[in-house]
Amino acid sequence: MWRRLRALIVKELLAVLRDPRGRFILIGPPLLQIFLFSYAATLDVRNIEIGVLNRDGGRVSAEFLQQLDGAPVIAGITQLSNLAEVREAIDNRRVIAVLHFGQEFSRDVAAGRPASVQVILDGRRSNSSQIVFGYLSSIASGVSNAVTLSAANSDSGPHGGSNIAVRHWFNANLNDIWFIVPSLLGTLTLLIALTVTGQSVARERELGTVDQLMVSPLRVGEILIGKTVPPLLIGLAQTTAFLAIATLYFQVPFRGSLLLLYLSVIFFLAAVIGVGLFISSIAQTQQQAFLGTFMFTSPAILLSGFATPIENMPGWLQIITMGNPLRHFLVIVRGVFLKGMPALDVLANIAPLVLIAAFTLTTAAWLFRARME
Amino acid sequence: MTSPIEILNVTKRFGGHAALSDISATADGGLVTGLVGPDGAGKTTLIRLMTGLLAPNKGAIRLMGFDTQTNGPDVQNEIGYMPQRFGLYEDLTVQENLNLYADLRGLPQPERAATFDRLLEFTALKPFTTRFAGKLSGGMKQKLGIACALIRTPRVLLLDEPSVGVDPISRRELWRMVQDLKDEGIAVIWSTAYLDEAERCDRVLLLNEGKLLFNGAPGDLTSRIKDRVFQLRGIKGDRRAALTACLETEGVIDGVIQGDTVRVVVGVDKNGPKDLHAELRKAAPGADIVAVEPRFEDAFIDTLGGSHGGRSALAACVAEKKRGGPVIEARGLTKTFGDFTAAKDITFAIPPGEIFGLLGPNGAGKSTTFKMLCGLLKPTRGEGRVAGFDLRRAAADARNRLGYMAQKFSLYGDLSVRQNLDFFASVYGLGGAIKRGKIDSMIETFDLGAYLNTNAKLLPLGFKQRLALACAVMHEPDALFLDEPTSGVDPITRREFWGHINGLVAKGVAILVTTHFMDEAEYCDRIALIYRGETIALGSPDDLKARAVSSENPEPSLEDAFIHLVEASEASEEAAA
Amino acid sequence: MSENAPSTGRARRFLALLRKESIQILRDPSSILIAFVLPIILLFLFGYGVSLDANHVRIGVAVEASSEPSQSLAASFRASRFFDVTEARDRRALVPLLIAGKIRGIVVIPASFGEDAARNVRTTAIQVITDGSEPNTAKFVENYAQGVWSNWAAGRQSAASMTQPVSLEPRYWFNPELTSRYYLVPGVIAIVMALVGTLLTALVVAREWERGTMEAMMATPISVAELILGKLIPYFVLGLGAMALCTAIAIFVFGVPFRGSFLALLLISAAFLLPALGQGLLISAATKNQFVASQAALLSGFLPAFLLSGFIYEIGSMPTIIQYITYIIPARYLIPSLQTVFLAGDIWPLFLTDIAAMLGIGAVFVFLTARTTRKSLE
Repeated sequence: MWRRLRALIVKELLAVLRDPRGRFILIGPPLLQIFLFSYAATLDVRNIEIGVLNRDGGRVSAEFLQQLDGAPVIAGITQLSNLAEVREAIDNRRVIAVLHFGQEFSRDVAAGRPASVQVILDGRRSNSSQIVFGYLSSIASGVSNAVTLSAANSDSGPHGGSNIAVRHWFNANLNDIWFIVPSLLGTLTLLIALTVTGQSVARERELGTVDQLMVSPLRVGEILIGKTVPPLLIGLAQTTAFLAIATLYFQVPFRGSLLLLYLSVIFFLAAVIGVGLFISSIAQTQQQAFLGTFMFTSPAILLSGFATPIENMPGWLQIITMGNPLRHFLVIVRGVFLKGMPALDVLANIAPLVLIAAFTLTTAAWLFRARME
Repeated sequence: MTSPIEILNVTKRFGGHAALSDISATADGGLVTGLVGPDGAGKTTLIRLMTGLLAPNKGAIRLMGFDTQTNGPDVQNEIGYMPQRFGLYEDLTVQENLNLYADLRGLPQPERAATFDRLLEFTALKPFTTRFAGKLSGGMKQKLGIACALIRTPRVLLLDEPSVGVDPISRRELWRMVQDLKDEGIAVIWSTAYLDEAERCDRVLLLNEGKLLFNGAPGDLTSRIKDRVFQLRGIKGDRRAALTACLETEGVIDGVIQGDTVRVVVGVDKNGPKDLHAELRKAAPGADIVAVEPRFEDAFIDTLGGSHGGRSALAACVAEKKRGGPVIEARGLTKTFGDFTAAKDITFAIPPGEIFGLLGPNGAGKSTTFKMLCGLLKPTRGEGRVAGFDLRRAAADARNRLGYMAQKFSLYGDLSVRQNLDFFASVYGLGGAIKRGKIDSMIETFDLGAYLNTNAKLLPLGFKQRLALACAVMHEPDALFLDEPTSGVDPITRREFWGHINGLVAKGVAILVTTHFMDEAEYCDRIALIYRGETIALGSPDDLKARAVSSENPEPSLEDAFIHLVEASEASEEAAA
Repeated sequence: MSENAPSTGRARRFLALLRKESIQILRDPSSILIAFVLPIILLFLFGYGVSLDANHVRIGVAVEASSEPSQSLAASFRASRFFDVTEARDRRALVPLLIAGKIRGIVVIPASFGEDAARNVRTTAIQVITDGSEPNTAKFVENYAQGVWSNWAAGRQSAASMTQPVSLEPRYWFNPELTSRYYLVPGVIAIVMALVGTLLTALVVAREWERGTMEAMMATPISVAELILGKLIPYFVLGLGAMALCTAIAIFVFGVPFRGSFLALLLISAAFLLPALGQGLLISAATKNQFVASQAALLSGFLPAFLLSGFIYEIGSMPTIIQYITYIIPARYLIPSLQTVFLAGDIWPLFLTDIAAMLGIGAVFVFLTARTTRKSLE
């Protein structure tokens, strides 16, 4: 039995690795995605174009503009002379925000009256607009500081200085790559394991080799194990390569236990392979397998907490995400990488993976058996 | 007048490999020109060149006077073309496929009703116009493919392997259709790997490895070996042993089994026929030596310089099987899909050392029966046994005793030859020194040494065939299941293959073969003819032939017998109803 | 023969191709799946599931000593609609929750806070610790905490002493409530059209190559232009159909405002479908294999439409070299126009530049396709 299993596993690995398309799938898309996502998928907003409608001309607005100009995230400032130009600039997305200083602005500040700057933001890109508004707010408080300091001309006042001390744990500079790269470890492992498993049975069906296996003394259970172990090994190899890229190339800190990470990878892969076998058993052709994989991966990635936090989702959807292996795995990867997550917490997240894996694998096995008759 | 098809010094290369080298030929209207040769001979390439879809590296092809390269659209206006796999849209119905091609070929609206009527009549597809093309049987698809190619009566009809996967009855109907077309003055090109079809063509272009071996009427080729073909009838003892002995006789260049007889082709005689006859009588004791009409295949083998000797190196390394009870047994096998009965109460037993054939039209239930017996399908009722093991209760034991080789090359194409051998050896539980020894002997037997690290899918067809057989018999099975094992294979490789099979049978292996090819069927000791899910005839090939003897046809071929028996069964069914 | 006989023949041929393709689309489960089922799933996921505005961020508030001001500040955090608060006496009780990912930040109100606040001495800072492993959420926590604090402080000081002499007064045009669904849903439409145009087309045409039907077609008197157009038009209509379905769902189910004109929407979508379909046809003609075509379409069509189009990630924030790449991604021109036609209205200068860019890219793809799909099997 061991001999037969070993032969099956070796055969399956060779079939993937010797096929130029199989090799491409393992290397091409993941590499492309790592680099694209790591560099392009930033929710940061930089190189901002800002419009200014300045009807004030006083000292404070000049101070404001100077600070604005000095801010590294601001790429350009466009002077606008009337509201029509403001509308035109925003409408055509030449600027994401316009600062509008009223005529009385500097005078109000000088007189100690509340002075406000109107900020018009492009709500079509509401997420970026909010971030831009955040930047502008901190510039505003900088200006406030400067103004009060020069007004009081002393350092005694408690005014202005922020009374909130913010510290970002685990990722002090809020480096996006530290978030994206570990998350990609999860999503790409999902994609690869699913593609490899999803195609495997369908390919044998198209080539007619399935019959050859079925007439051999192999038991259905052995064939199933033979189909499960190779993607598991490929997934583990992929994870290892990825860990190296993440820590050596992207310099993402790894603070937790490697052992725990591998343990969770195994269960994660088992859950995903179950899904892949399920798809593969239903699909008659490789194209159907591909579509099935696609139909599973898009929701799985969207509902994983990678693109957006789970807690933002409505309650019923949050419950659905509990069945998504990627969701639990991402908590573990990020935790192990950045937070040095303790064993108990990791195990608490492995538990649902074990349940999901048990469910998907038994369902797939049942379906596989049924389809092989 | 020039010929509708002129092929002028055409050479076509793919990469460095010459698919066709320096071919010149013509084909005339009102004739069926057979494009004959084994798979990989260059038939499809030549047809594609004729359609203008490929450009020759050297030379030119003219269709109806138009150059295929410079006047592509004119050429395409004159031809009807049926590619392999028929070029049908499987998710369109029969009628929709016809409509599409009628529009594409610009068939005027007023002529349509009559044309469709004629084509549907001609192809007997009338009752199925609303059926999806994908749901048609192989024979029906092929007829529809031809109907689509004939929508607007072309001057040239190009048919690329129309008889692949099609049963003898459909094949015969198809042939009748083509004869009608020929009478309309159409130039028909018919490509085929089956040499028996070549005989029916008016002219033949015989291709092998990209070279034109023969160009002329088939009779011209067969007349070259006139008086050199004999049938040995009434052999006492084992006819397979007799064949082997004949093939080892000096002067015999080819031999095959035909039912109870052995057919031999002898070389241009040196010592006079008397001596040779004496030799043959020695090889086949008690046989009458009867001179028979040469066949195209005999002549083809002769052209290639004869086939190899008859002793199987494979059989030499297989241990003698224990003789005893039946090796393969079907006991009341029944399979129903919903309310459709695909196989009904099929019963037979195959003793060691027998070749048993399952024949029948497409969809008649022969592959269902075959699949139930090798464990691919669970019977609804009844049981199948291999080497005494019930396929349901002791599946693994039963499967350990059987070998399986399918018509479609079903090994792992991306694995090398050695990796394939290694995999199948391990799957059948071989290990260690035994495995290594077995693999080495397979490599030696089948001469695979030069290809050990080649991916299986890149092997030449003949070597694929050998590898598939090696993988199927490495574990020395008691029973061997063959599904159209030599379809599309050149006759020399086919003889080599059957040489191995005969060797295995001599050692006591039981063989179950399912096929559409009468050549393969002739090797069988007994044949079960399956029609509408039931066995309508069971007996030796000669028994079946005897049942079809009539005054018009005193010496029916196995194909005649097949068609006669199916039609008779149909008639009695109708009489009963 | 009259002059127009061949041209009616051509028209009929062409209509036959269109009819055939349409019947196939309707009968093929994979086209229904990609053009209608997947869009609905994606729309609902993005409409309900994906929201970039963090509304209920779970945080912990550690009130280290109970006093009136600290209780009041904690109450402000509890009252904020942005936060779900877990309270504790000691931050040490909250740290494990932060590590486990159960909360995204900790607000520490130190023991000395009450006294200092009472004396109006504001040297004691409250401390905010965020979970930097999710930088975007961390930023939200920081900003919202700042906001809660300022409001609380302003309320305490009752405008007597302004903390900020200069304040900003934001106005979000087009989307004052900052509903992220409003800008995500138009993005989904772009992705769906990329899927129909590129992925589906590539798969379907590659299948014709694989099954040999392309070969049968090519051996008829049909011309390459007819063959290409015969494929383009049905999938063009299908793409528009998928777009219309998504638009209807966006407006009627998700209540996304539609302030532009349908004409503009139609023109923009049509302009996008040209490059998308062209890309799909090119991929299939170049690969002639469903598996390779699907992967190529995924990598060159779906992924860029998602990543490099400005849908979620701002193009301006990407490294320069990637920004250059985005110029050849048709979706990059589609997303701003779609968001505009939905949320802002008809802004023709913006539309026309984007449409011109898309048509330009489309022309290149169609030209390349025509060159690759010569009537040849080589």
